[in-house]
Amino acid sequence: MNTKVSIAGVEFKNPVTVASGTFGSGMEYSEFVDLSKLGAVTTKGVALTPWTGNNTIRVCEVYGGMLNAIGLQNPGIEVFCERDIPFLKKYDTKIIVNVCGKTVEEYVGVVERLSSEPVDMLEINVSCPNVKEGAIAFGQDAKALENITREIKKVAKQPVIMKLSPNVTRIADMAKAAEAAGADAISLINTITGMKIDINRRTFVLANKTGGMSGPAIKPVAVRMVYECANAVIIPIIGMGGISNAEDALEFIMAGATMVSVGAANFVNPYTTLEVIDGIKDYMQRNNVNDIKELIGCVK
Amino acid sequence: MKIYEKAKVTKALELSKGIFELRIKTDIAKEAKPGQFVMVYPKDKSTILPRPISICEAEGDLLRLVYRVAGKGTKEFSLYKENDEVTVMGPIGNGFPIEKAVGKKAVLIGGGIGVPPILQLSKEIKAKEVTTVLGYRNNDLFLKDDFDKYSKTVIATEDGSVGTKGNVLTAIKEQGIECDVIFACGPMPMLRAIKQYAKEKNIEAYISLEERMACGVGACLGCVCKTVNKDEHSHVNNARVCTEGPVFLASEVDI
Repeated sequence: MNTKVSIAGVEFKNPVTVASGTFGSGMEYSEFVDLSKLGAVTTKGVALTPWTGNNTIRVCEVYGGMLNAIGLQNPGIEVFCERDIPFLKKYDTKIIVNVCGKTVEEYVGVVERLSSEPVDMLEINVSCPNVKEGAIAFGQDAKALENITREIKKVAKQPVIMKLSPNVTRIADMAKAAEAAGADAISLINTITGMKIDINRRTFVLANKTGGMSGPAIKPVAVRMVYECANAVIIPIIGMGGISNAEDALEFIMAGATMVSVGAANFVNPYTTLEVIDGIKDYMQRNNVNDIKELIGCVK
Repeated sequence: MKIYEKAKVTKALELSKGIFELRIKTDIAKEAKPGQFVMVYPKDKSTILPRPISICEAEGDLLRLVYRVAGKGTKEFSLYKENDEVTVMGPIGNGFPIEKAVGKKAVLIGGGIGVPPILQLSKEIKAKEVTTVLGYRNNDLFLKDDFDKYSKTVIATEDGSVGTKGNVLTAIKEQGIECDVIFACGPMPMLRAIKQYAKEKNIEAYISLEERMACGVGACLGCVCKTVNKDEHSHVNNARVCTEGPVFLASEVDI
């Protein structure tokens, strides 16, 4: 039975990784999860300089999910390269580094700094506001997305995954823009922008007013978007959004995802990733599937 | 090492109005230190996130949790019965640095739902002298009898029905309680006042903070607290309450 998949020449032992920001750089969850069992660890977003992030309250629960507005707190690329990469290299897993920035130059700076580091892929978070262009997210404008993808591809030494925002009218257009500019893969969905109001205090729950929604409640939206993108582009897709178990993961794979990421479900059960991997194998065994590739995009 | 497991409820009851007690059998109890907490996972998956609940007592493999019903998750917990299963993770956080009390006069302060974690502290602390000051709204003095077993206990009530009328600091001042070190847990206004009091009196004060959390393991960066010095994770003066905390030296946090 084969669970190996490959994206842009990088081979993963199984199709399961984690959604950026839900797993740190793996260290915090390594008490529970043998990271060597994961297809890859996708790290928390890292920027050129340390980012303080938003004020608290940063997280809150909503029906069947949660909102977060962490504001991408991170120690910056130097600490990341000194501390997090050596930690992850102790494990037999692939490393996908999530990159964030406020300007194209900042993204390019991080990507250049990573060019000599032993990481396997880069995932670009284009849901950050583009401060030079009225703070609309790079991923919400097809031209801006194409431009940033192109600039990153010029300097990147590792394959580039563009992580798409679902907060757009037509996600397939964004997938096409990323592909046209040379992206090696896309990942989706990032969180869906939401809001929760505290009716007793008559104000927003989150200090940032809005936050990104994740969790089981967003899964049908995510599966639909993965399906639409799979029909629009040839490059591989990493699917995510509300995956809590193997059945959820298989929906994404059948909709066209080559790999899947477990996000908020790590908070619900730290062993979710391992349970998803085992559950996929069980499904394959029960259904006489010899190669996971038979399932990728099998629903037309 | 943190443990994530299904544990058995050995006792469940309403301790006083809206305040519930859950005793569970788990190896977490063997590892737990005063001031640490556990994550309790609701079974209703419309409430996906675990609830951080302080450890009131830990004896052998039994953990005693005392909490206030504040929403859907804690409401569910309050309906649990003996022999029910509950998923928990812990112990979490740094806990109170009890070694700082050795040879000193210590005051332990609990306010409102910050009272429960002070109980295990009062059992384990070894100081020259210990006084516990508990602040309540009214004469509903939950856990007060348990505290009487371990140290001299002073009460403050907001309505003045028992002990000093006012808050824990009113009681400390009124009774002329002197100390070298403070350990406290309670609502933010109380902790701010203690931080100020400790600064004026040049007393070491260790305060246990609360913040909205998601993961409980230090990964999500949801539960941060502003710190005077650079934090060890992100180097941006934002320490994680679940990992570097929940107990901080008052002078090192910006609250």
